[in-house]
Amino acid sequence: MGTKAFWLATTAAVLIVFAASRLVTNDYVFFAGYVVLQYVVLATAWNILGGYAGYINFGTSGFVGIGAYSTVVLHKLVGPPIPVLILVGGIVSGAIGLGMGYLTLRLRGVYFGIATLAMAIVVQTLVTNWDFVGGSRGVYIIRPAHVPFIGGYIQYLFLVMLVLAAVAVAAARTIERSVFGFGLAAIRDDEQAAEVSGVPTLRLKLIAISVSCGLMGMAGAPLPYYVTYLDPASAFNLGYTANTIAMPLIGGTASWVGPVIGAIGLATIQQVSTVTISSALNLLIVGVLLLICVVVAPNGIVGLVRGKRRRAGRGG
Amino acid sequence: MASSLTIKGLDAAYGSVRVLEDIALEVRAGETVALLGTNGNGKSTLMKCVMGMLRPVAGSIVAEIDGTRHELNGLATEEIVELGVALVPEGRRLFPKLTVEENLYLGAYRRTARAQLKRNLAHCFDAFPRLAERRRQLAGDMSGGEQQMLALGRALMTAPRILLIDEPSVGLAPLLVRRTIDKIKELQEQYALTVLMAEQNFTQAIRIADRGYVIVHGKIAFAGETAEELNNNELIREFYLGA
Repeated sequence: MGTKAFWLATTAAVLIVFAASRLVTNDYVFFAGYVVLQYVVLATAWNILGGYAGYINFGTSGFVGIGAYSTVVLHKLVGPPIPVLILVGGIVSGAIGLGMGYLTLRLRGVYFGIATLAMAIVVQTLVTNWDFVGGSRGVYIIRPAHVPFIGGYIQYLFLVMLVLAAVAVAAARTIERSVFGFGLAAIRDDEQAAEVSGVPTLRLKLIAISVSCGLMGMAGAPLPYYVTYLDPASAFNLGYTANTIAMPLIGGTASWVGPVIGAIGLATIQQVSTVTISSALNLLIVGVLLLICVVVAPNGIVGLVRGKRRRAGRGG
Repeated sequence: MASSLTIKGLDAAYGSVRVLEDIALEVRAGETVALLGTNGNGKSTLMKCVMGMLRPVAGSIVAEIDGTRHELNGLATEEIVELGVALVPEGRRLFPKLTVEENLYLGAYRRTARAQLKRNLAHCFDAFPRLAERRRQLAGDMSGGEQQMLALGRALMTAPRILLIDEPSVGLAPLLVRRTIDKIKELQEQYALTVLMAEQNFTQAIRIADRGYVIVHGKIAFAGETAEELNNNELIREFYLGA
């Protein structure tokens, strides 16, 4: 897909989803759609560091929580509109990601993963003991019932997340095709070799983790308005971490398409099964799908399709 | 213009384990110097120190590049590469899942190298026609000899003045070792490179070396001013030829 075609397709997708949503009268569709889009942002963000550079981040829940609680703080102090909250959530989360990266990105493989997981738990503990944001009791956010021109508040949140998803995917695709993304691919393949080739590995990793964590914070920032009651256990839910790792792996980590496919597919299945079967089944579904994926499509759905195409091309 | 490398009083350690002790070594302009020694004597560690991948405990590493002196101890690896020092790492360390062409592009990651990318790529394909034929192939799918060519080619993409080569003969058949060593000589002459080559294969290495150092347990045990001196040295008999 050329760059022009990509922008056209992305804009068209956003407009079509928006137009289609105008026809929907059932609010539940927006609640479910919001979650799916939120996972598109999270999976895409995770993949910038995890897929492109090969550093597995187990701290997604931490950065979602940071984004969410930066909104809580701002809401209590000023109460700015959602786009501002998203921006601030992204900046705070990205800055903390940068700091964490500076401390941990010299670690490789599983050690980096452990450090990120620990970071998420430390932040959760801090927030749980911080009375200003409600501590372990949690905090209520009262949102307006209506938004001019758009209608209900959940419709507005859905739209905001839709735009954010488009921005995240566009960012990931731009990175993937830039010299920067090329350097990340080298780090993933062999970091020492990348270093002696003159790739400034630490700097690239720090940029990647800032962008990745920033986007995660942005995805988390509207969360208090979505749930209206936020407590640390739900804001820092490890389900975010598990899902965000599973989605790119199922979709395919090598390109921006993979996380999008994985997120839309997996999150939709989860939303549907929550209603039709049981909400406790969610993570079990993730586990089973991940297992199937490891056996059938080790390079994700994108890898599977590409492999088939290549073989078909050779045969014909 | 001349480029040389001077190492003085270099000490290096991994944690509390001393690996290099008071290394003094010089590679004069346009020379090919062999760094000889068996496994575990510190050859690769020395290379890593020069490239800034391991911080030495003490000592100075001065690279004179086209007449300008630079202290390398304390610089980041990418800055050292930018100055014009390149390393062909031991075991080649290619990017196996990237194509030959992408591997070469990565060699030219630095901005100054990127500016001359086309010219350097042409030089590279000139030196290794095989790489041009296989440009779309994955690096990991090539034979050992071809991979060594690619590793050399990738290092050349940074347009280096000083080239460090860590054990080019590792894992290659004898005939390919000979060819690789010949190629290094050819490239050295063509681009007027200053070469420091670490090697276990003594007979092959001194075929093209002007001088050589023998490194034993992290110390320079012998510095030979000529290839003959190395050839007739007792230490080398003891270490390599088992006599």
